[in-house]
Amino acid sequence: MDLNDLQSKLVAAARAQPPSGAVPYGFERRIMARIKGLAVVDHWALWARALWQAAASCVALTLLLAALSLFAAPGKSPGGDISQEFENTVLAAADLEQPPADTLW
Amino acid sequence: MERTEAELIAAVLRGDAESFEPLVQKFSPRVFATARRYARRESEVEDIAQEVWLKAFQKLGSFRAEAPFEHWLMRLTVRTCYDFLRSHQRNRELSFSDLSDPEEDWLEHFVSRPETANEHADAAKQLIERILAQLTPAARLVITLLEIEERSVKEIAALTGWSIPLVKVRAFRARAEMKKVLAKLKKEKYL
Repeated sequence: MDLNDLQSKLVAAARAQPPSGAVPYGFERRIMARIKGLAVVDHWALWARALWQAAASCVALTLLLAALSLFAAPGKSPGGDISQEFENTVLAAADLEQPPADTLW
Repeated sequence: MERTEAELIAAVLRGDAESFEPLVQKFSPRVFATARRYARRESEVEDIAQEVWLKAFQKLGSFRAEAPFEHWLMRLTVRTCYDFLRSHQRNRELSFSDLSDPEEDWLEHFVSRPETANEHADAAKQLIERILAQLTPAARLVITLLEIEERSVKEIAALTGWSIPLVKVRAFRARAEMKKVLAKLKKEKYL
C-alpha cells in the first residue's frame, strides 16, 4: 500500500465532497432570541458616550456663565469701571500704611 | 430596498439588534459548512455556529470595514473551530479497529487496485474524517485548510492569526503526523 497515494486519494475524496451548508430550521430565530437577550457591552463606546455627555454639559455651563457675566454684571457694578475698583482695592492697604508727606523729614 | 452589509452593521452598532438577522441569514450556510469540517455531530456543529454568531455580535465593534464582513466572519469561524478542536482533543479517536464495512471494502479495493478506488465514495469521505480525527488540533486545521480547501499559506495565516513561518512549520509537522496516522492504519489493518 502506497501511503502517499492513499493520502492523495483520501484528500481528493474530502475535496470532492465538501460539507453541506444546510442551516437547521429555526436557527436564525434562536440566534436572534439569544442576541436580543444580550446587552451590547462595548466599554469604549460607553466611555466615549460619557465623555461626550460631560463635554456637552461643560459647554452648556460655560455658555450660561458667559451669558450671565455679559448681561448681568454691568447692571450690578456700582462704579461702572471694574479695573479702577480692582486697583483701589489692591492699593487700599498701601494708602493706609503710607505716612503723610510732611512727617518724613 | 435591501440594505447593504455596511448599513446593517452600522445599524447594529447603533443599537438596532434586528439588523443583525439578515447577516445571520446570509452567512450561516458558510459558517455551517466550515463547522462541519471540524465537528461530526450536528449538535456540535450547531454549538459552533451559535458561538460564532454570538461572538460576531459582541465583537462587531472591532470590525473594520477595510475587508468584507465575510472575511472577518470566516476568521472568527476558523478560530472558533480551532478552539472547539482543542477543547475536544481528549475525545480524539485513537484506533482504526471499528472501521465500517464500506470503509473496509474501500480500503481493500484501494490495496488491490489503487487507480480505480472511487474518490466520490462515502466510505472514502468517512475514512478521511477518521484520519483527521486522529490528528492534533493544529495539524487537523492546517491539513484541512491547506490540503482540502487548497488555501495558500498567506490565507491560512490571515484566517488563523498565526505568522507565515508558524503556518509553514505547522504544515510540515501536520503532513508528518498524517503520514504517521496512515502508517498506523496500514499496520493495524494489513500487517
